[in-house]
Amino acid sequence: MEPSSMINLKQIQKSYPVGNQSLHVLKGIDMEVGKGELVSIMGSSGSGKSTLLNIIGILDGYDSGDYHLAGTLIKNLSEKRAAHYRNKFLGFVFQSFNLLNFKNAMENVALPLYYQKVSRKKRNSIALEYLDRVGLKEWAEHLPSELSGGQKQRIAIARALISDPKVILADEPTGALDSSTSKEVMEIFKEVNKLGKTVIIVTHEHDIAEGTDRIIMLKDGIILDRNFQLAS
Amino acid sequence: MFDIDKWQEIFHTIDKNRLRSFITAFNVAWGIFILIILMGFGRGFQNGVHHQFDDDAANSLFINTGTTTLPHRGIQPGKQINFDNEDYNMIREKVEGVEYLTGRYYVSGEFTVRYQDNYSSFSIRSVHPDHLHLEKSIMIEGRYINDKDLMEKRKVAILGTKVVKVLFGNKHPIGEYITINGIKYKVVGIYDDLGQEDETKIIYIPISTAQLAYGGGNRIHRLMLTMGDATLEQSLEIQDKVHAMLAAKHVFSVEDKRAVRIFNIWEEYIRWMGIFDGIRLVLAAVGIFTLIAGVVGVSNIMLIVVKERTREIGVRKAIGATPHSVIGLFLMEALLITIVSGYIGMICGMMFIESGLLSNLMLSFGFPMDFFIDLSVNFTNAVVATFILVFAGTLAGYFPARKASRIKPVEALKDE
Repeated sequence: MEPSSMINLKQIQKSYPVGNQSLHVLKGIDMEVGKGELVSIMGSSGSGKSTLLNIIGILDGYDSGDYHLAGTLIKNLSEKRAAHYRNKFLGFVFQSFNLLNFKNAMENVALPLYYQKVSRKKRNSIALEYLDRVGLKEWAEHLPSELSGGQKQRIAIARALISDPKVILADEPTGALDSSTSKEVMEIFKEVNKLGKTVIIVTHEHDIAEGTDRIIMLKDGIILDRNFQLAS
Repeated sequence: MFDIDKWQEIFHTIDKNRLRSFITAFNVAWGIFILIILMGFGRGFQNGVHHQFDDDAANSLFINTGTTTLPHRGIQPGKQINFDNEDYNMIREKVEGVEYLTGRYYVSGEFTVRYQDNYSSFSIRSVHPDHLHLEKSIMIEGRYINDKDLMEKRKVAILGTKVVKVLFGNKHPIGEYITINGIKYKVVGIYDDLGQEDETKIIYIPISTAQLAYGGGNRIHRLMLTMGDATLEQSLEIQDKVHAMLAAKHVFSVEDKRAVRIFNIWEEYIRWMGIFDGIRLVLAAVGIFTLIAGVVGVSNIMLIVVKERTREIGVRKAIGATPHSVIGLFLMEALLITIVSGYIGMICGMMFIESGLLSNLMLSFGFPMDFFIDLSVNFTNAVVATFILVFAGTLAGYFPARKASRIKPVEALKDE
């Protein structure tokens, strides 16, 4: 394994039980993402791209193969260790934002630091900095229900960044946004990447994929192309 | 354990979910409230039943005269039976197990009793010295009737506190003379009684004096005796023996229970205690079911809460929450709500009882309040009941919380 490798997958297999049958979703994925790369994963619906991202994000387990995150084998982790890695190494951005609706923007952004036992006062002031970075400092006291989709996603990105993770994972981050807000969100991901963070975005939008360094194309649970070129 | 930030997080969640928190809290508070009321009700009933018997000695026989209802040795039914001093002496000498024995000779009607310029009418009871123990009169000054009074047919009187109040006001009555229908009696004692107020409106005089003064000859209207610490069986044996002896002496059938009517207070007492135990059992059962209902209510709410917040659990786990912290979040919330509301329910229940609101409510619903006296709650019991509900409620919250904490984040985050 190269030292610059951040994500390293070897022969990852994953199936889900569907009734009595088993649905084979990932059929041996070999994949590597280097430190500081901005990568998108594309593929038609059902190709296994979200499952792959969930495994990388330790939100889901895998059946066989090996997954190394920053040189650490991520396999059969206790829930406690998994929680630790999610908190320290990973920042997740979801299509449906997944903000806690009873907390305001600042409290949502600050939440990962709560699990690092940072004091309320300190984590709220850090959260304000991150809100400032995504241009939403004035909205700190607002509840998610008072914000637009684009604003919510920027808050979600701020939340993913606050624990200073090594990798940012985004699952269809612009899926619920119109094209102009999508562009703004994409710009934020690019800035984040410039700061040295590895960013992996699952998307089916060409505009989004075009903005990344490399496109990994998935089809029916296997990698079709590690460096897919979009037809322009 | 005490982590201010964690509690802030919990207060925050409770505050942002007020309706849900309120319903849980109300459920617990109401359960405890009802439980406390039941306990007060039970205690009041216990006091009431005891009070009914406290007034008089519990293990006693009251023997009244009657008329025969069965033919016996050629005598037709309808013969009046009367007691006299011989019956008293016979029981005293021949019945074993008798602790105290007294007769009563009733001087019929109320008598005008006078002290100097004050007068009023009171009941007069003429009795033997042992009457003190049967009526459980409490001597607060002077002495009761004694054997010498009886033998010498002395004109002495023992007054109830109420009598003293009416006739003497603040004056000291011992050694003074009162006039009962023209005959002077020397006051030698003052008594009090735990029973109804009327029990202290009575004047006691020696039975021999009354028999002489009011033309009773050697008649006795009623005999009363106690049987020490006899068991129910022993007391029934004594009752039968007394009845048989009186049947032989007054010539009526032993089968004739109405020629001489014996009222066994001990039997009555035990019967009441049986009823009381039954009611207490019912109350306990209702209490336990109330507790169970409370626990089921809390666990039901916890189940819904956990289900409702599954997505939140997913989000929290995705950003680094450990299972431990997820369980802690739910458990602490449940614990806080149940403790606070349990405490409120307990205090409300106790205030409801201690303030007399419950008694008033029961009175207005027509409960026989003679049987519900001094409704109260044992504080320890109240705390224990509250603790059980809080503990069980929290435990009920633990299992769904633990289950939720083990859900894979990807499952928890799945769109509905």
